Amino acid sequence: MWTYEKKLMYPVKVSTCNPTLAKYLMEQYGGADGELAAALRYLNQRYTIPDKVIGLLTDIGTEEFAHLEMIATMIYKLTKDATPEQLRKAGLAEHYVSHDSALFYNNAAGVPFTAAYIQAKGDPIADLYEDIAAEEKARATYQWIIDQSDDPDLNDGLRFLREREIVHSQRFREAVEIISEDRDQKKVF
Amino acid sequence: MTHEKTPFRRSFTPFRGLYDPCPPLLKKTYVVPPNLFIGFQPPDFPQFSAIDALKTGTLWTPFYDYYDNPYKK
Ligand SMILES: [Fe+2]
Repeated sequence: MWTYEKKLMYPVKVSTCNPTLAKYLMEQYGGADGELAAALRYLNQRYTIPDKVIGLLTDIGTEEFAHLEMIATMIYKLTKDATPEQLRKAGLAEHYVSHDSALFYNNAAGVPFTAAYIQAKGDPIADLYEDIAAEEKARATYQWIIDQSDDPDLNDGLRFLREREIVHSQRFREAVEIISEDRDQKKVF
Repeated sequence: MTHEKTPFRRSFTPFRGLYDPCPPLLKKTYVVPPNLFIGFQPPDFPQFSAIDALKTGTLWTPFYDYYDNPYKK
């Protein structure tokens, strides 16, 4: 089970009215390397991974939902006051005709989320390597969004999220080392 | 803490053809994040202050990498 804290992991501030940025942020909302995919991937892999790293997957998977909530807040702030015309100019007319300004798990190109984005191979090394790759892809996606955005406050939040991906990748790399080491032998590296 | 030159960037010069339509980009940069170089986190790793840790997204200074658009003029 989970406990919920009714606040964001990091304060979300957006200072320019630029709904186009909401469209880009959807890549991290419902995209292949987005926060939803990350959370679902890790929390689902927990059941078939060696005990020593289950807790890590729980922690990171849970944190990804906190990131998802930040992305949702960014998208919401950027679209909540936008008129249909502004959304059209932002390339979000297709989104509008289907969802109004409701959030939906689409990527930046409007492709809906699918479970096919994630994997659970059941092989611990294969799964952890996929997780490392997923973190690097999420880090890169944040970079490309920062490159496209000139909102300093939004970028501040995106930089925080990007840094978390670096730390997650580090922890998954450590998880590989933990499950690779030979339990019966004491080794000093 | 934020804007100093990072050791976590590399770059290369893409091949330039005779008839490429756009002015050359000259340098293409990419990121090599800190997690590539550290291995298992050693004991007594240097830390940020609590407030800087909350701001940057990591408690550990060696994992910190500030990112900005490398093509910005
Ligand atoms: Fe992550």
